[in-house]
Amino acid sequence: MIESYLPIFAQIVVAIVLGVLLSTLGVLIGPKRKTAQKLTTYESGIEPVGAAKERVSVKYYLVAMLFIVFDIEVVFMYPWAVSFREYGIAGLLSMVTFALLLLAGYFYIIKKGALEWD
Amino acid sequence: MPNDYLLSLPILAAAGWSVLLIILEAMLSRAALTRVFAMLGFALVGGLSVIGFPLQGLAFSEMLRIGGFQHFANIIFCLSGLLVVALSEKYLDDENVHYGEYYIVAFISVVGMMLLAAAANMAILFIGLEMMSIALYVLAGLMRRDVRSNEAAMKYFLLGAFASGLLLYGISLIYGATGELALHKIAIAIQTGSASMLFWIGFGLLITGFLFKISAVPFHQWTPDVYDGSPTPAAAFMSTGAKAAAFSALIVVVTNFSTLLQNSPTWSLVISSIALATMVVGNIAALAQENLKRMLAYSSVAHAGYMLVGIAAATPDGYSGIMFYTLVYTLMNIGAFGVVALLESKENLLLASDYAGLFKHRPMLAGAMAVFMLSLAGVPPLGGFIGKYKVFAAAVDAKLTWLALAGVLASAVSAYYYLRVVYFMFMRDPVGEAISAPATSSLAFALIAVAVVLLGVFPTEILRITDAALKFAQLPTQTGF
Amino acid sequence: MDVSGILFVFLGAQIIVATVGTVWSRNPVTSALFLVLNFFALGGLYLLLEAQFIAVVQVIVYAGAIMVLFLFTIMLLNLDNERALAEKFDLRKGFAVLLGGVLLVELLYIIGLKTPIPIKQTALTTVQLGEAKYIGRELLTNFLFPFEIVSILLLLAVVGAIVLAKKNFTTSPKS
Repeated sequence: MIESYLPIFAQIVVAIVLGVLLSTLGVLIGPKRKTAQKLTTYESGIEPVGAAKERVSVKYYLVAMLFIVFDIEVVFMYPWAVSFREYGIAGLLSMVTFALLLLAGYFYIIKKGALEWD
Repeated sequence: MPNDYLLSLPILAAAGWSVLLIILEAMLSRAALTRVFAMLGFALVGGLSVIGFPLQGLAFSEMLRIGGFQHFANIIFCLSGLLVVALSEKYLDDENVHYGEYYIVAFISVVGMMLLAAAANMAILFIGLEMMSIALYVLAGLMRRDVRSNEAAMKYFLLGAFASGLLLYGISLIYGATGELALHKIAIAIQTGSASMLFWIGFGLLITGFLFKISAVPFHQWTPDVYDGSPTPAAAFMSTGAKAAAFSALIVVVTNFSTLLQNSPTWSLVISSIALATMVVGNIAALAQENLKRMLAYSSVAHAGYMLVGIAAATPDGYSGIMFYTLVYTLMNIGAFGVVALLESKENLLLASDYAGLFKHRPMLAGAMAVFMLSLAGVPPLGGFIGKYKVFAAAVDAKLTWLALAGVLASAVSAYYYLRVVYFMFMRDPVGEAISAPATSSLAFALIAVAVVLLGVFPTEILRITDAALKFAQLPTQTGF
Repeated sequence: MDVSGILFVFLGAQIIVATVGTVWSRNPVTSALFLVLNFFALGGLYLLLEAQFIAVVQVIVYAGAIMVLFLFTIMLLNLDNERALAEKFDLRKGFAVLLGGVLLVELLYIIGLKTPIPIKQTALTTVQLGEAKYIGRELLTNFLFPFEIVSILLLLAVVGAIVLAKKNFTTSPKS
């Protein structure tokens, strides 16, 4: 049972090792010639203004909340999708009903202009 | 056995209607129109429940239990929704928050209440509770620019989410102990085996979740702040519809485990003590309130205590008394909150002394308010008296005479703060200018007051229905006929 | 110790480290990122319990979507002055410590029990129970009604979110 997850586990290990290895190698063997110009935040970009931490607009939050609703819809679709042939037309109809009900919500979002960025 | 769809037609219609309301609001964005359609929806769903009253059985793979009890509860929820929606418009207009969404959210809350009453499976129980509660959090915070409304929504949400968490944990422990989610199957599993410690812990957590929703002591602290900060019509909705729904769910759960609970002295003692504490704390705190909204909030805590006496009695008589009580309470409390909302929205009049001389200017409104206050105090022959009488009588029959006695004493104390409002309205001379209110709303309140009086004078018909309604709820293992 | 034992210890240690990191770190964004680590490790524990579907949902919903909300909240609040966030020890914290202690004692008691608390076994093996295939079958047969009615709950979430959080939300024109 656990063994079947071995490839995933191996992939996670490879990802971690590769990430750590490459960045360490870069630090260790990369050539370093520091000049004042090179140490600015953006060498040939725009000068940074103010602190990095700024308040973001509540609008992002609304979009994120709406995203979660449809994320949960996807969660419900997943167990149906893994073997949708087995459930046949009845299963398809159930899923379509569910999706259509949520489509009403999407319609409401669009009509109310909740996704407009003004 | 009737068809699943036919059996649960009120719930399906309510769910479908809420989608219709959303589409309507999205297309036209007319709050007044959405309001009319929400009222039509409540009337339709209530009507379907009346027509389908004799139908009973389990529906949708034993997810829903439909019977007279559920139909009766649905009628209470729809009545509560209808009255609240009818009385909200002026208040919302004055506060400049007349959104069509208000009606949609209230409507979906009623769908959740119906699910709670009809739950035969703990999954439905949880979905119903969440649907009702999340809608109420939104209603509490509707006045987005008002700090106190935000505070109310925040407090209600945090404590409510915590209570939902307890309830969900309780459900998972019960599932762990019995391997079942359907309430009647859990009851069978416990009868054949025995109730383990794990089950009792889970059951305690489940009941705690409901006690929070009905604002029983010691889970009542949120009530005054939330009712005070919320839009007043929304507070009326929380104290009537939501309370009725939580009590329906409590009755559904308790009746399923009736054999187990009737043999448990601990259960009886715990619920009796909570009922006693709720009555005492609610009434004493209400005595000290000058602000009418806070007074009504504590009074709603006290009334939860009276209703809990019926749960403590643990007899069909007690449950039937609660159903009658919630019906009367819905009428009289929405009436009281409605009058408060009407006067509050005009000139921010919230103290009992602000009502001085109301009778001189608006005799009909003052008369209706007097009926609501006297009925809340439990003065015969009004509806509130019959509700209390029925519940306390059930307690006496169940050999809980001390609890009934405490209840009578507590309502005697409550008479002081209810009658104070009446005293100001009738005995004092008005200060300042006349309070203006549209005549049509006075008439609406008068009608509600007449209903409260009628329920007090002719209660037998309704009581026969509530007694009969409980029959099916009493038979946990029966799968309909 | 078998493979799952080693994995359990590994994931458990990861959860403890991540939780302590969440509470300890001064920078709220670091806290949130520790929480992501925590959620991932929790997903791993679900896998060990053979609840594959729950594990996937844990990663998709919690580590994915919910964490986005966490980060947005942090950025929304403008928590610049980290020193002001540090709380002093007060009565409330004392209660929290007390409650935590009670929970710990409870946990130790349960671990120390001679006879474990009886958990009802179902007819299916846990492997079958945790599979998305099985959950799908239940969802579309026995739990069809709750499944469909959840869509109304999600609609309520959409409406509620827009009413409470949309900027420039105006009342409709009076009729």
